[in-house]
Amino acid sequence: MSQADRSCDSADCGNRASVHLTQVVDNQASTQYLCKTCAEAKGVGPLLAPEKAVVDLVSHVVDGAGRQEGGACDFCGQTTVDFKESGRMGCPECYTSFETLSRRLLRRIHGSSEHVGKVYVPPDPEGFVSGRQMADLGRRLERAIEAEDFERAAVLRDQIRGLDAARSR
Amino acid sequence: MTDPEAVGGLGLRWLEADGPDADIVLSTRVRLARNLQGHRFASRTDMDERRRICDGVARLVDSSSLPGGARLLAMEGLEAHSRRILLERRLVSHDLVGRVDGAEPAAGAALLAWPDAPVSAMVNEEDHLRLQCLVSGLSAVDAWSLVDRLDVGLGSELPLAFHHDFGYLTSCPTNAGTGLRASALVHLPALVLTKEIGRVLEGLDRLGLTHRGVEGEGSRFTGNFFQLSNQTTLGRSEEDLIEHFGRTVDSVVEKEREARQVLLNAGPRMEDLIWRAYGLLRHARLLDYRDLSELLSGVRLGVSLGVLKAPAIGSLNRMMVFAQAAHLDEAAGRALSAEERRCHRAEYVRAALRDPGEASTSDAAL
Ligand SMILES: [Zn+2]
Ligand SMILES: [Zn+2]
Repeated sequence: MSQADRSCDSADCGNRASVHLTQVVDNQASTQYLCKTCAEAKGVGPLLAPEKAVVDLVSHVVDGAGRQEGGACDFCGQTTVDFKESGRMGCPECYTSFETLSRRLLRRIHGSSEHVGKVYVPPDPEGFVSGRQMADLGRRLERAIEAEDFERAAVLRDQIRGLDAARSR
Repeated sequence: MTDPEAVGGLGLRWLEADGPDADIVLSTRVRLARNLQGHRFASRTDMDERRRICDGVARLVDSSSLPGGARLLAMEGLEAHSRRILLERRLVSHDLVGRVDGAEPAAGAALLAWPDAPVSAMVNEEDHLRLQCLVSGLSAVDAWSLVDRLDVGLGSELPLAFHHDFGYLTSCPTNAGTGLRASALVHLPALVLTKEIGRVLEGLDRLGLTHRGVEGEGSRFTGNFFQLSNQTTLGRSEEDLIEHFGRTVDSVVEKEREARQVLLNAGPRMEDLIWRAYGLLRHARLLDYRDLSELLSGVRLGVSLGVLKAPAIGSLNRMMVFAQAAHLDEAAGRALSAEERRCHRAEYVRAALRDPGEASTSDAAL
């Protein structure tokens, strides 16, 4: 497609245009083709790059929180450093492992950290017990792989599969 | 070209234009982000875990907790062309299919869909499950109740990640709580022409709605079409979010209608714009998708105001979907070159405008 190769309309910017910005000047709609960087500079963002906005906010909140929640998530091993880089949680348990940080972050994003609305009831209360079990097995599997104990890893993987199948039955 | 069984008529229900204010609000989507308890989020899963997550969903396909007729389409098992069709129907995201031209989709990425219902779910996207409902017009309440039913069904079989304080847990904290994102695709040409659009969009920000331009083919943004969605997902109930969203979008629709009347009374300029757009579409021999979107914007305005008697809004919706690259290839039965595609697009649109019934013939091939 011809427009696919269109380059950014900003002077001296050779980047490929990926944003089509329509502005109205003197009752005439004019259209500019911009790369993401130039679009953000013109104030089109930060919605075009929500990832970056979240990463910045996470960094900000993590740095502000000081050191009280160092270490790694019990289940997935994610650290606050990983969190700062990706802006993403590693697993559901991360919200508990970094509870203070999560609360602070959710308040910054949503203006609240208290869920209002549907309250989820799991299929069977044991589901939550096996969630714990699963967390434990996952951790042991990772350790086995790190130690290059592949026989053990295979056994653990089978157990995880079995538990998984049982849970979704 | 496409396995007709696989893709069929999925994701086309909104084209009917039978929802409220469908001339201005093309479609409403309500999406719920859900994750399975005891699994890592997408950023930390390996192939093995992603496959297990997908297997868990696959086991439910024939269970009584989901509506009958469910189909699970594994992205790995589809050819690139079919994935592009799903992308053009807005049923899957770029994240789910991987970069269509190049890398293969990630392991375990799948779409759970129903041929005769407007609901579906992406599996192994940023969240393990992204439930969605896409309907015509401004129908947030309907879309919510349909997707809620699917959520209850899935959640009764698969243990979901839920926290007593934080609600549904999601990979990105911006989606936590209800996990609910309502969005509407709106057509606001008069607000753009009267230069009120900036003020209106700013006002929306203050009311908690975000806006963005709408991605056309190949990530290009297309004028006059905007996507409005709720900004926050936590701290308000689903019903509350949906009600507020619907009311706010409705106020934008009102403003657009007022601006249209002002322009219509201000002289022949708008009528001229409408007829020019119609004339070009009626006679052009080559059309880029971007040109098409801009011209369809003019024609849509004309139909909505009664300046043009035909085509129906539904035909215009149809053109927006079926004049995209993969859909044109599908109708031609082969991969067209860029130049051929512009030609086929113009031809398709001319036929559709000559005989509004014809707009639907090419999807009979699907
Ligand atoms: Zn640039
Ligand atoms: Zn974690």
